[in-house]
Amino acid sequence: MAGSLEVIEAGFANAIQDLGRYGYRHMGIAVSGCLDAMTARCANALAGNDSREACIEIRVLGPTLRLDQGRARIALAGPVTATLKRADGQCRSIPSWCSVTLSAQDELKVGSCKGGTAYLAISGGIDLPPQLGSRSTYMRAQIGGVDGRLLTKGNRFPVLANEALSGSDVASDAWAQDDGPIRVILGPQDRHFAREAIEYFLSSEYTITPQMDRMGVRLEGLPLAHRTPESADIVSDGVTPGAIQVPANGQPIVLLADCQTVGGYPKIATVISADLSRFGQAKTGQRLRFAVVDLGEARQALQQREEAWSAWRNSLHTISPE
Amino acid sequence: MESTQDHPSVLERPRLLTLGDTAWTVEFGDRIDKVIHGRVLGLAGALEEARLADRRFSGIVDVVPTFRSLTVHYDPLCADGTLLGESLLKLADSSGSASTEGRCWRIPVCFDADFSPDLDELAAAKGMRREEVIAQLTSAQFQVYMIGFMPGFPYMGGLPPALEMPRLASPRKAVPARSLAIAGAMCAVYPWESPGGWRLLGRTPVPFFSATEAASPSLLTSGDRVRWQAVERARFEEIEAAGLAGRLDRLEFLESEGAS
Repeated sequence: MAGSLEVIEAGFANAIQDLGRYGYRHMGIAVSGCLDAMTARCANALAGNDSREACIEIRVLGPTLRLDQGRARIALAGPVTATLKRADGQCRSIPSWCSVTLSAQDELKVGSCKGGTAYLAISGGIDLPPQLGSRSTYMRAQIGGVDGRLLTKGNRFPVLANEALSGSDVASDAWAQDDGPIRVILGPQDRHFAREAIEYFLSSEYTITPQMDRMGVRLEGLPLAHRTPESADIVSDGVTPGAIQVPANGQPIVLLADCQTVGGYPKIATVISADLSRFGQAKTGQRLRFAVVDLGEARQALQQREEAWSAWRNSLHTISPE
Repeated sequence: MESTQDHPSVLERPRLLTLGDTAWTVEFGDRIDKVIHGRVLGLAGALEEARLADRRFSGIVDVVPTFRSLTVHYDPLCADGTLLGESLLKLADSSGSASTEGRCWRIPVCFDADFSPDLDELAAAKGMRREEVIAQLTSAQFQVYMIGFMPGFPYMGGLPPALEMPRLASPRKAVPARSLAIAGAMCAVYPWESPGGWRLLGRTPVPFFSATEAASPSLLTSGDRVRWQAVERARFEEIEAAGLAGRLDRLEFLESEGAS
């Protein structure tokens, strides 16, 4: 018999995200979706899911979930651990990068996220109706997830029927994200910047500030001067997650999943898609560098990442029951 | 629509700008201008048609018209970005200005004092009476340049120059949802309650964003034209109640579909 998972403690600022909502940006609707799509894909793979299934995104303190009946497989990926409290009262710690199978009345208490972003996937996915083509929570328009809101106590997610849950639990190594410079393609408004600004941008370090949310992250470093004071503003044009906009103060802002669809600051460069999910793991005070690539190199980097992902997925191994 | 030849603000040739490895922006000019926007919509229309038949345009996931450019987002695992960029630029060279006029709306607005906290100040600054400001607002035709800032928020041109006024020096913490607002030469409606610095001149009872209308959650789209119709409080409340109850047919306010 299929059961459901109930949120018995909401944790803090947890929301349901998938790989994003496309086809509505001309109506001002952000793409949304997982800040670190790669770690979310890992969580789904550990739960036996397709990459497109929705997960719970955890950035501060994870939720506590209880299964009412039947069985359910859950997987964690990213910088978080959990405590499993069996129905008989026995407790054990559950590390990240593995799945665990819950039985009726088991509780899983997810701990706090140690910087960055972690994901909890449920075998069979989170069976909520997609809105405008996606289950991603987009609070600005109150759509996706559960009523377009953060998880709250009492939310319930139906889980796959028992019969569909086959095989053993699995584990893997952590997904190893690149640690080289963040690769960018210059533009669309690199011409709005002084030549030294491009040099500084590509040769000095920038620090992740605490001003980070799902819309973007502010960086701090050598200020990037615009060519003229007027070139610090443009007539708004299209933006996308990864675009690096620079307002008049010269400090760059990297736009992230919930960013607006248009913006009025010039964009010096744009992070390539192979490196964008790394910002999901950014921590305050962390330093980073940028390096320029061209479109061909970006394409190659993306193909290499997809190959690495396939290799990671093939490395999943079963773990023996406790 | 006037010819783009000899129009100083239109670039001689559209320009292709790189927005990372997932989007191209095709730029037609650098300012807010009806003629430039006509070219943006011309390319949007040509692209909509081309996507149906031409494999070079597969992999596109979003097409976003703005004041002066069209941003085309694509899935880099499905499309060859370089090839797509070249094809877009070729299409932009030949697509010309939009040949069809956008949809035309007539949308009710109530100008009661509690809905229009900045109307008296605007009237005083312009040496007009309240009624004259309302008369000018309701006789103008506005055109939607783009939707942005927040879901369903339309940036509209067409404000009579006599009513132009910069935004408030200190923005409000909470602009009520469905407020009709102006800033500079722009007019807009806030679909949601939000902080904002635009001047509030009235309120519409019509929702500008409905997630349940899956085909078009935003009421308006780039290229639409809008006229405001002053309504009394009673009519405002009637429409508002219908909207909140989800039994309002938005098409009631559509005067005409786009025409060639």
